[in-house]
Amino acid sequence: MNIETLGIWLGAFFTLCILSFLYKDNPFYKLAEHVFVGISAGYGVALEFQNVFLPNLWNPLTKEGKLIMLVPFVLGVLLFTRFVAKISWLSRWSIGLLIGIYSGIAIIGFGSGDLVAQIHGNLLPLWGGNDLLTLFNNWILTVGLVTCLIYFFFSKEHKGSFGILARVGIYFLMLSFGASFGYTVMSRMSLLIGRFYFLYGDWLHILPQ
Amino acid sequence: MKRLLETINSLDRRYIFLFIGLAVSLPLFFPIGIKFTVTHPVQGFYNTIEKVPNGSKILMSCDYDPGSAPELYPMTISALEQMFKKDLKVVITCLWPAGPPLVEKALAHVTPQYHKQPGIDYVNLGFKEGREVVMVSMGASIPNTFPTDYQGKPVSQIPIMQGVTNFKDVAMIVNISAGYPGTKEWVQQVQSRYQIDLVAGCTAVSAPEFYPYYQTGQLKGLLGGMKGAAEYEKLVGFKGLGTRGMDAQSISHLTVFLFILIGNLAYFALRFWKGKASR
Amino acid sequence: MRKEVPLIITFLAGTFFIADYFIPHSGFSKMAESVNGWTIIVIAFSYILGVANVARVNLDQIQKGSKDKFYKIILLVCLFFMSIAGIVWGIQGGSVFDWFFLNVYYPMQSTMFALLAFYIASAAFRAFRIRSIQAALLAITAVLVMIGRVPVGEAIWKDFSIFSEWIMNVPQLAGKRAILIGAALGAISTGLKVIAGLERTHLGQD
Repeated sequence: MNIETLGIWLGAFFTLCILSFLYKDNPFYKLAEHVFVGISAGYGVALEFQNVFLPNLWNPLTKEGKLIMLVPFVLGVLLFTRFVAKISWLSRWSIGLLIGIYSGIAIIGFGSGDLVAQIHGNLLPLWGGNDLLTLFNNWILTVGLVTCLIYFFFSKEHKGSFGILARVGIYFLMLSFGASFGYTVMSRMSLLIGRFYFLYGDWLHILPQ
Repeated sequence: MKRLLETINSLDRRYIFLFIGLAVSLPLFFPIGIKFTVTHPVQGFYNTIEKVPNGSKILMSCDYDPGSAPELYPMTISALEQMFKKDLKVVITCLWPAGPPLVEKALAHVTPQYHKQPGIDYVNLGFKEGREVVMVSMGASIPNTFPTDYQGKPVSQIPIMQGVTNFKDVAMIVNISAGYPGTKEWVQQVQSRYQIDLVAGCTAVSAPEFYPYYQTGQLKGLLGGMKGAAEYEKLVGFKGLGTRGMDAQSISHLTVFLFILIGNLAYFALRFWKGKASR
Repeated sequence: MRKEVPLIITFLAGTFFIADYFIPHSGFSKMAESVNGWTIIVIAFSYILGVANVARVNLDQIQKGSKDKFYKIILLVCLFFMSIAGIVWGIQGGSVFDWFFLNVYYPMQSTMFALLAFYIASAAFRAFRIRSIQAALLAITAVLVMIGRVPVGEAIWKDFSIFSEWIMNVPQLAGKRAILIGAALGAISTGLKVIAGLERTHLGQD
């Protein structure tokens, strides 16, 4: 048995261990679950070391002499003060930096990429032109967006004509969620197809060519 | 009849698991080969890459892990096939930790038939932690963000990286993503800032929320799930896991539809029966 | 000062990166590029912190003699083995690290997600009940998209695919766009609250 075949058998063993959970919780599933958590955590440590620490921190600091890299090093080490209750407040400096940066980037990203672009994308012609289907679609998009946004406006009670518009908005949202459910089913089934393809094809070699 | 309805209503879920297992397995053994057409978003994905002049450099970001590989790995293979057929140079990055070995696997699968050389025709720059920050950092300088490739070789010594400073030096971006960070962040942080052509392949779970980006033109093409992968394989001209999985996809969807139908019929029939009995 | 200094750091970092978008000055951009590089390193440390916490919690449970002690030991052995294999022998294709990724990590993570297929089918059968107009709309759209997006839909009706694409491109899109805009407004307001120091939950308790 060569190393590749051993690997496939090992993969099949762990696949069946995880699938056994469908019948009920059992020691094989527990074993596979704990092996997975250990392997994935260890994988992350090695990857961060080889792909981030070495090229982005260690090499610039030691080989290129960039002493400024001591700043992120110290900030990173400060995170570990969370383990010592007396000095855990120092970790807030690093967390504050991260949260500030991500908040700033998120504001720009959501503002330009989502808010402005999406509103601009929905400013569609509602009359004129020869294509009736496009005009019909534009009306659906406009009415749908406006009524959904009306539904999300909870500062005013959903009564009267405002309530009717909000109800139309709910119907559009239900259409959206239904489409999402359909696609979710597609996604989950695809993952199972992939696994069965591995078991029948790569492991047992019983699939037709 | 009432007993049957009660049995259906309280059916042990393990029987349902068995039905789903059979619905997915049987079409793999007995393929039907139902034909399908290519949709506009997939055609857009293909056309956008096709329009890039031969020999240009493309940035490809493979932001996924084994949990989504059945949907996204076929897309990666097909995209590499199309790009290598056009002699495009591919710079690959990963924003998910488990991405780089999957990229290595895809490259090992595709590059031999096109005689592509690592470092000259393609490079796997590996993973960088930081999500949106990595994208913004790449906008300033890709070599400073990824000083080495996945194997640890300095990018200054990699021929394909000569002349690649930031997004202005690549013709377009191909993003294959499973969630966060992924397509949404590429649109928000990169496409909206630099107005670069961006196409995306994503899991079927996230595809519906990217249709607004496709409609505005922020995404020039979109592959959604295994069906998207199958349509793309049809355009590229080979039969991969996407195409082979379509029969199983069809039968499993029909099975879920029947479950919804039978579940509701049984529920309402039992309610009607109990209502009638109480009167 | 234990909360004030981090809040000042948050404010300065946030406003700096918002300003970076609008200020084309090369000196400013170079500073932003450096800070971006630092963030990548600090985030990597936070990942290691998470793993260290996992190790600490499991070691605690082993020392206390919990009933799953055997599994916790396996977890820690795998964690240390994989870390050392990758750090010492490298992570390139063909390495021990790569072999365990492809033959242990990959099959298990794929299978864990594949289990969801069974659960979604079970939920569709046992919990999906059409009790209102909204639920009916959701169910009908779900079925139309589910069948229309696979080849069997085109076998039933040749334009089924076009019809389901229309659902995705028009009515579905309107709802998703509204959610996108609402989420964008929420994210922007939350971001501004964090930068202004009105939102302090990330700093924890004293």
